[in-house]
Amino acid sequence: MLFEILRDPAALVIAALVVAALSGVPGLLLRRAPLGQRLAACLAVAASLLALPALTRMLLAGERARYLIDWSLPFGVCEIALDPLSLFFLLPIFLVFPAGAVYACGYWPAARHRASEPSVTFFYGLLCAAMGLVVVARNGALFLVAWEVMALAGYFLLVTEHEHDEVRSAGTVYLIASHVGAAALILLFSQLRIVSGGFLFPATGSLHLAAASSTLIFLAALTGFGSKAGLMPLHIWLPSAHANAPSHVSALLSGVMLKMGIYGLLRVLSFFPERPLWWGALLAAAGLASALMGIGIASAQKDIKRLLAYSSIENLGIIAAGIGVALVGESTGNPRLAYLGLAGALFHVLNHSLFKPLLFFGAGSVMHATGSRELDRMGGLASRMPWSALFSLAGAVAICGLPPFNGFASEFLLYLGFFGEARAAEPYVALGAPLLALVGGVALLSFVKLLGSAFLGAPRSSQAGAAHESPPSMLAPMALLAGLCLVGGLFPRLFLALAAPVFPTLAPLSLRFTELPFRPPWFTLAGCGVLALAAALFWYLRRRSAALPVVSGPTWGCGYLRPTPRMQYTASSFGAMFGSLAAPLIRTRIKKSALTGVAPEAGRLSYQPEETLLYRVILPAFSVAGIGFSFLRRLQQGQVQFYILYIFATLLLLMLWVR
Amino acid sequence: MIDSLFHMALVLAMPPLLLGVIGKTKAAFAGRVGAPFLQPYYDLSRLMRKGVVLSETTTWLFRAGPAVTLAATLFASLLVPLGRHAAPISFDGDLILFAYLFALGRFFTTVAALDTGSAFEGMGAAREVTFSCLAEPTLFFALITLTRLSGAMSLTPMLLHVTPSLWVGAGASLLLMLCGLFVVLLAENCRIPFDDPNTHLELTMIHEVMVLDHSGPYFGCILYGAALKLYLLGALFTNIAVPFSAGNSYLDWGIFALAMLALAVAIGVVESVMARLRLIRVPQLLIAAMILTAFSLVLVVR
Repeated sequence: MLFEILRDPAALVIAALVVAALSGVPGLLLRRAPLGQRLAACLAVAASLLALPALTRMLLAGERARYLIDWSLPFGVCEIALDPLSLFFLLPIFLVFPAGAVYACGYWPAARHRASEPSVTFFYGLLCAAMGLVVVARNGALFLVAWEVMALAGYFLLVTEHEHDEVRSAGTVYLIASHVGAAALILLFSQLRIVSGGFLFPATGSLHLAAASSTLIFLAALTGFGSKAGLMPLHIWLPSAHANAPSHVSALLSGVMLKMGIYGLLRVLSFFPERPLWWGALLAAAGLASALMGIGIASAQKDIKRLLAYSSIENLGIIAAGIGVALVGESTGNPRLAYLGLAGALFHVLNHSLFKPLLFFGAGSVMHATGSRELDRMGGLASRMPWSALFSLAGAVAICGLPPFNGFASEFLLYLGFFGEARAAEPYVALGAPLLALVGGVALLSFVKLLGSAFLGAPRSSQAGAAHESPPSMLAPMALLAGLCLVGGLFPRLFLALAAPVFPTLAPLSLRFTELPFRPPWFTLAGCGVLALAAALFWYLRRRSAALPVVSGPTWGCGYLRPTPRMQYTASSFGAMFGSLAAPLIRTRIKKSALTGVAPEAGRLSYQPEETLLYRVILPAFSVAGIGFSFLRRLQQGQVQFYILYIFATLLLLMLWVR
Repeated sequence: MIDSLFHMALVLAMPPLLLGVIGKTKAAFAGRVGAPFLQPYYDLSRLMRKGVVLSETTTWLFRAGPAVTLAATLFASLLVPLGRHAAPISFDGDLILFAYLFALGRFFTTVAALDTGSAFEGMGAAREVTFSCLAEPTLFFALITLTRLSGAMSLTPMLLHVTPSLWVGAGASLLLMLCGLFVVLLAENCRIPFDDPNTHLELTMIHEVMVLDHSGPYFGCILYGAALKLYLLGALFTNIAVPFSAGNSYLDWGIFALAMLALAVAIGVVESVMARLRLIRVPQLLIAAMILTAFSLVLVVR
């Protein structure tokens, strides 16, 4: 029996999900603190060692599996299935989950966080398993249950440090946004139930609907899943949530949970045999707008994790734009565009789930060492934490889309799609290329700023000066992710092979495109060429300067005799020039105490970047809505018996209505 | 094969000459004799023999910066066709690699600048990344226009497609594109009116201030890399501006070398007759260039 299970890769994947879900349970029961956490890390690694080979094998062999679950709930048959789309989205889950679990042993050690560690470990495993269930569920009700477990597990992880006001309010905003999204999903699945007669997901390409009905489904999916994926303007919950969670949790939230929105969108799109042109156009436009605004706002941040969170909005925007472009290609009968758009988007899904957790781990190491998220108070960490600096550098180069790392390969595919459209009769899609170039330029600015102000220069505070390198348990996951980033950039075919089985589900047209529109060996050649040239030059310069007199001294201060580290360019000043160009998106609010009298007392000055959209449009709209909703507060008694009464009354009314 | 050898030889040997010609032109305008044409070569060989001063705040990144930047620029030099000759490496999408290799170089130059912890170098780095954000889309608009005209997605066929007959057909668009590209050429290489390579005031510089702390062979690498970047973007420009082919391969190499020298003279003239722009005016000029190239795209779509 056991042997049979081990032979069946699909059963292995399900077993790995169960192991992941239970990975934190021993820690809740065990008395000795570090044991539970280490056990959870071991179980997480074991789960992914079970799942990853099975996933790859099933993807490459094109295998599928279906399980019917006999349940007594009134939502029809419950089905769990593994098809290429599900398998593909399980990959990032099982990559980031063990990395984060191992990282947590050093970052959130049970010895130091005695009270919160067991629950963090438990919910971490639960979140992973819930995301897995979201991906394999084929019944609307089961999907919503898994979605809700995922959202709530995320909430409990996010409010780990609930003693801080900021964390609590970030948690509340997350909870509200998440449930507004869930409301859209309930609408989506109810509509699906109406048109297809059951909660079971329709088969790929089997939903032929009237325009009004399919538009409703698409818009509900775009709202519900788009808010999870952080598409602008549905992103308001994202930056503070990802900034306030512990770093290994941010890595999982940003690297994987955002992708669940993309998965849901792709799954709903796969139901339809043909999609109107405007769906793709809307998604591409929303994606590009998100990418541009997200990175524009990221460039002004001075909180290391907020910067990373806004850059997630950018990356998810790029993914959405790729999907949109692929849909446009599908509906205009352009297999090349369909292939390049979808391949670029799926490739970027994998890439983002490698370099974003890597950067969040890097930010975690920095916070672990300095106890602060303020870029303006860091500096000079590269000499104290050389390995963290090296891996963060790899992550930063990768996320800017620079060769030879993986970000370049996925953006290359999108660019190629845009450039190909320049030859079309109406080359609107080609305008994506300069936009993406602008996004790339601002991303470079943001990550040079992050790297420069955290790791380079002289320490700007005593904490930064006393920083220490992270333990191996934190460095090993970073090394793994950085290595995978490089592999993806040098051998993009390996990653594309994992994405290829998904194409028939989403873009059947792209299959007609048998020959790749680009030659992967060039990536290997260019990447290895640049690396080898750089290494040779570095070695040559080293040897050359070894033969020459080398003098060491302080940095040239342009004649100034007493420079201090506080005179360095800070993160805020680095971003100020671009910030003046991006003023409509983000403004920096300066708070200072007034100086009075002849001999004024010491004053304080602080500045905070504020998102214009949020502070000028969304928050005022919310406060108006808050006034409107204030009468509902009278129904909130805070007493359980009243709530039971409400439920009873609602049920009674519903029964009367149905009769 | 012979053409590839010529290509490598020109790319390796000629770039510093452009700097010499620019210097000589500026000297002529000022009524001076000026440094000899080969002065940049002397400078390079002198720097290679000079000692190194390293700041105590720096790490290995400071020394890796010049190496990675020069490596990226050298690899990019294999992708641009010179004159009417195909580049040694050409594949669909190489133009994207071309643009991104420069971005890689910029990343490492600015990171090396920030590694010194100097406020001046931080300023220079911030300006460099901000201005290139705006220069990048211009380049991509120009490349899209060329893709539309030639139907190719690789630099070699795309630039070889520009012939006198194409100028007759799409002259207005090509002219607008050239204006945009010339602005990008000046901005990316930190020439007047964007940056003054000879200024003595660190506060107003962009590129030169980022490399203040580099010295000896490291500074030599940077100087050569900067000349090479000017050469490559200049080659992109002259390929469009001088579309003539003499029919003979060797004659074409000659025409190309002359065109590059003429471009250096033109840059020298611009540097002599213009003043440096105020820093806040720079983004406006860059955006204007972007709009010019966008117009060139609109003209070919029409």
